[in-house]
Amino acid sequence: MMDEPSMRELVEAVRDFIENRAMPELKGHTAFHARVAANALGIVARELELGPQSAEAERKRLAALLGHDGPLEELNRELCRRIRSGDFTPATPGLAEHLAVTTREKVAIDQPGYSGLKRG
Amino acid sequence: MEPDFLASLERALGRRVEKLTRLSGGASQETWSFDGTRGGETLPLILRRAPGGVRVIPEGSTSVPLSTEAAVIEASRAAGVAAPRVRYVLKDEDGAGQGYVMDRLPGETIARKILRDEAFAAVRPKLARQCGEILARIHAVDIAPIQHLLPVVDGPTQLRAYRDVYDAFDYPHPVFELAFQWLEPRMAGAARQTLVHGDFRHGNLLISPARVEAALDWELTHIGDPLEDIGWICTNSWRFGAAEKVVGGFGDLPDLLCGYEDAGGGRVDPEHVRTWIVYGSLKWGIMCMKMYHGFLADRSVERAAIGRRSSETEIDLINLIIGGKL
Repeated sequence: MMDEPSMRELVEAVRDFIENRAMPELKGHTAFHARVAANALGIVARELELGPQSAEAERKRLAALLGHDGPLEELNRELCRRIRSGDFTPATPGLAEHLAVTTREKVAIDQPGYSGLKRG
Repeated sequence: MEPDFLASLERALGRRVEKLTRLSGGASQETWSFDGTRGGETLPLILRRAPGGVRVIPEGSTSVPLSTEAAVIEASRAAGVAAPRVRYVLKDEDGAGQGYVMDRLPGETIARKILRDEAFAAVRPKLARQCGEILARIHAVDIAPIQHLLPVVDGPTQLRAYRDVYDAFDYPHPVFELAFQWLEPRMAGAARQTLVHGDFRHGNLLISPARVEAALDWELTHIGDPLEDIGWICTNSWRFGAAEKVVGGFGDLPDLLCGYEDAGGGRVDPEHVRTWIVYGSLKWGIMCMKMYHGFLADRSVERAAIGRRSSETEIDLINLIIGGKL
C-alpha cells in the first residue's frame, strides 16, 4: 500500500501549483501552455476518479452486446469491425444506448463543460 | 530586426513599406500587416507569404499554392464575393518569396469576441444570412477560367481519405465507425460541383460590427460539393459553446439557407446539411487523433491535450446521428 498523499492529491497539488504559483509569473505562449498543462491534469484527476467504474461498465455493456467477455480494447475493436461490416447498425438493440452512455462518460472526463454534453 | 524580404517587397510594389508587423505564426503561412506608401497615398495592406518564402505542400494535402489562392480570390470578388482585393502576386524574380499582397480590411476574426463582445451584439443576428449570401456567390463563381488550378475533391473522395488516415492510426473509435457507415450512402450522390472555399468558419471570417467583411484564407479551396462549406460553418466545434446557434454560434440554419437561396444558391434541404455537419465533426475528430500522433513526434502538451478532444466530436456525432439534433 502506497503512503499518503494519494495520486489524486498529488495531481491536484501540481495543478494548483501551475495555476496559482507558476502561471502568474509566465507570459505569452508559455502562459498559454501552462494553462493547457493544468487542464490536462484536470483530465487526469477526473479519470482517476471516474475512469475505473466507467471502463468496467463499458466492458459489461460490450460483453452483453457482443455475446462474450474480453479485454476492453479487444471488445472495442470487435465492435468496430461489426459496425464496419454492417452487422451492427444504429437500429441494433442496445448499440445506440451503449455508444451514447460510453461517449457521455468519456466527455465527462475529457471536457465536462463541453456544449455537446449538455445537449444529450 | 527587419525581415530579409523588405527591400525586394518595396521594389516589387513600387511603394515604401512601413509599420511592417508579423500578425500570426501559422505553420502554413506568414501574415504581415503593413502600410504601402507612394507619394502622399497610403494603402493599408496585408502580405500573405509562405514561411521562409517557400510553401511546401504536404503530401495528401489539398492546399493550393498562394498564387492560386490569389487567382481564386480575384475570380470570387469579380462574382461579388466579399473578399480582400488582391493588389499584387509575388513573382519569382521579385526575390521576396511566394505570396501575395491584399487590402487590409477592418474587422475581427476571433470567435470569442464576435460571439460575446457588446460591439457585435447588433450584427450577430444578421451574420447567418450574410454567410448564406456569401456562400451562394462563392458557389456560383464560373470555374472555367480557374478549373485547371484547382483539385477536385468531392464528398466520397474526402471520406475515403479520412478513412485511410483513421485506419492508419489503428485505434478503435466505434462512434467514428458508425459515422463512416452513416455517411457513405448519404455522400454518394452530390447534386452539384462548384467552387468550394474549403475552410469557411470562425478564424477565416472577417467580421465588423456592421457585417461579414470578407472570407479569408482560401488555402483549402477546391472544386467539390458546395454543401461542404455550409456544413463546416455549422459544425458544433465552431459554435464555441453556443450549441443552439447552429451557424457559427451566432445564427440559425434557416436564416443561412434563406440568404443562400435569395442570393441564387438554390434551395437546400437541411437534412443534406446534417450530412455535412456529421462529416465536419468526423473530420475534426480525426484531426484530433492526428494531433496525438503529432505529439508523439514533438511532445507538445497542446497537441497532447487536443488528442483528448476527439471525444467532443463523438458526442456531437451521437447528438447528430442518434439524437436527431443539428
